[in-house]
Amino acid sequence: MGRNRSGAPVVNAGSMADIAFLLLIFFLVTTTIETDSGLDRKLPPIEPPENPPIIRQKNIFTVVVNKNNQLLVEEELMELKDLRAAAVEFLDNGAGVGQDGQPCDYCQGPRDPESSDHPSKAIISLQNDRLTEYGTYIAVQNELVGAYNQLRNREAERLFGSSFTDMNALYLDPKTPDDVKDDLKPKLERIQDMFPQKLSEAEPKTY
Amino acid sequence: MAKFTKKKQGDLPEVSTASLPDIVFMLLFFFMTVTTMKDSELMIKNELPFADQVQTLDKKDRVIYIYAGQPSSRYQDKFGTLPKIQLNDKFANVDEVANYVLAERASKREELQNVLTTALKVDYETNMGLVSDIKQELRKVNALKINYTTRSGSAFENVN
Repeated sequence: MGRNRSGAPVVNAGSMADIAFLLLIFFLVTTTIETDSGLDRKLPPIEPPENPPIIRQKNIFTVVVNKNNQLLVEEELMELKDLRAAAVEFLDNGAGVGQDGQPCDYCQGPRDPESSDHPSKAIISLQNDRLTEYGTYIAVQNELVGAYNQLRNREAERLFGSSFTDMNALYLDPKTPDDVKDDLKPKLERIQDMFPQKLSEAEPKTY
Repeated sequence: MAKFTKKKQGDLPEVSTASLPDIVFMLLFFFMTVTTMKDSELMIKNELPFADQVQTLDKKDRVIYIYAGQPSSRYQDKFGTLPKIQLNDKFANVDEVANYVLAERASKREELQNVLTTALKVDYETNMGLVSDIKQELRKVNALKINYTTRSGSAFENVN
């Protein structure tokens, strides 16, 4: 074998790949694409509805957060930790009939005639002061959403054997195939129908 | 009569691995460029509140970000200590929010314009007055889908 030995010696580039791989793996591991998460809410449109429905007082669960970050629930002072249970009890009460005239057959609440008629009629009204701290407000929102999720999970477990939040997360995941989504959609809508999220955020009062 | 000369000298010819580093570098640069996050520099204190009943936010190209909080210490001489709104890289007043949202919406692809979410990244010590003002502005431009961006954790950590 006659190899030409007059040229410059070849640098062994074999380990270069290893070095580059090392760098590649370093970047793959360290750069985490952080995804934001938070509480999704829908604001009411600015035009008021033409015929605002008349809502009976017993179907409204009033939560007021004052400027000292204290909670007033149904005109009684309450600790934040008790809010979720109180909201669940209100939503799950089911004393009367719903908007379609049917009684709530899946409610497990005490059916107190002084509390809400049906989950489809029950409204949670959240009012805050301009001086309320944002962190407290989010904590209250979180507890109220938590109350809805708790009830929805209960019904989803009963009907479909899987929790609502898991199903919803799967549905919202862009990687989920379409046929799974098509399967999930009616189930989610059914649960959402049972406990529609009626969480009204009033504009803060101006004094 | 054809004569076959024996060229083989016993060992296999080596596969050249000289181009392997190039390929790997290409991958490396791809990942380095793709994972860089465009994050506008925050001029405010932005400690998000905690929550656990959360949904993950959509893809980044469908989100409009609005920041609010107390100006950072190096801006406090100029802007004071009251919570302010930050849009992109500058402080803004409440009445600029609507125009900002409209401009951001117009800059998105047409098929995304109806599915945009406005992410409110607000410091937990901000007063609700400012947040309500922002919400009011968003309602004016019909940007009704909002997301209160939070850190994951128990909501009870917010109050004490």
